Amino acid sequence: MRELSLNVLDIAQNSVRAEASLIKIRLAEDTKTHTLEISVSDDGKGMTPEQLDSVRDPFFTTRTTRKVGMGIPLFRMAAEMTGGSFDIESTLGAGTKTTARFRTDHLDFTPIGDMCSTVIMLVTMNLHIDFVYERQIDDRCFTMDTRQLKEILGDVPLNEPSITAWLKDYITENTKQLTEV
Amino acid sequence: MKTLEELMALRDAAKANLTARDDSTELTRVVVGMATCGIAAGARPVMNKFVEETAKRNLTNVTVAQTGCIGMCQYEPIAEVMVPGKEKVTYVQLTEEKVARIVVDHLVNGNPVVEYTVGAIAK
Repeated sequence: MRELSLNVLDIAQNSVRAEASLIKIRLAEDTKTHTLEISVSDDGKGMTPEQLDSVRDPFFTTRTTRKVGMGIPLFRMAAEMTGGSFDIESTLGAGTKTTARFRTDHLDFTPIGDMCSTVIMLVTMNLHIDFVYERQIDDRCFTMDTRQLKEILGDVPLNEPSITAWLKDYITENTKQLTEV
Repeated sequence: MKTLEELMALRDAAKANLTARDDSTELTRVVVGMATCGIAAGARPVMNKFVEETAKRNLTNVTVAQTGCIGMCQYEPIAEVMVPGKEKVTYVQLTEEKVARIVVDHLVNGNPVVEYTVGAIAK
């Protein structure tokens, strides 16, 4: 993957397939220690301990259209090649949380990329699922919660073009503010 | 700075627009493969382009959705176009430029872009 935001999109698709009703995506960056932690957590159907053991194996997948599942192995590799770490916790019937930690000053660190596109795509393509997107840089934090947006919007869907355009600017501007002095 | 107050104003404008839509026509469906293979090959900008172009042309009879792995990973990004009453058309190795043409030729004018289809590329 050329951007970590694509890994996030891919990992969040697992949560969508796990029939989650709430998916939380969190990126927390510490510019002093040069670390980035990305986590994707959901309240989907979770996995059995056996399934959890096998998800790190690229030749494990629940799908039937092909025999390999590269999503988790690729995300794990992206983290570990920077000297970071990777964790996945899951409880059957309760949900799954995937956490990847990166060293941002490592040569092999993949750029975060266009997180806004990833969030917009997830939100607009899965209107029945709620998303919380949290982006933290040192002590500044921006949180987008679709439950709050949906409360304002009522029966106007988030994929209505004018609303999607607003959301894009809302995420972009607020993210930019995190790094402004 | 975008504010939530602004969102309220947009909601009211969008509400008026929603009721004005004609629901009598059958929907054309565009589905884009968004599994690991698709995403790695560039499905995200392809999907965005379909959404943008159909919104720009106000094609309210078209829905754009995502699907998992279609099973031909080497031909990703893949999109399937399903027009009611017509055979499904599978487009492969898509780019934003190809999408722009598919929207105009196929979705607006009803002529599938044969050279971008799996039949033309997977020889």
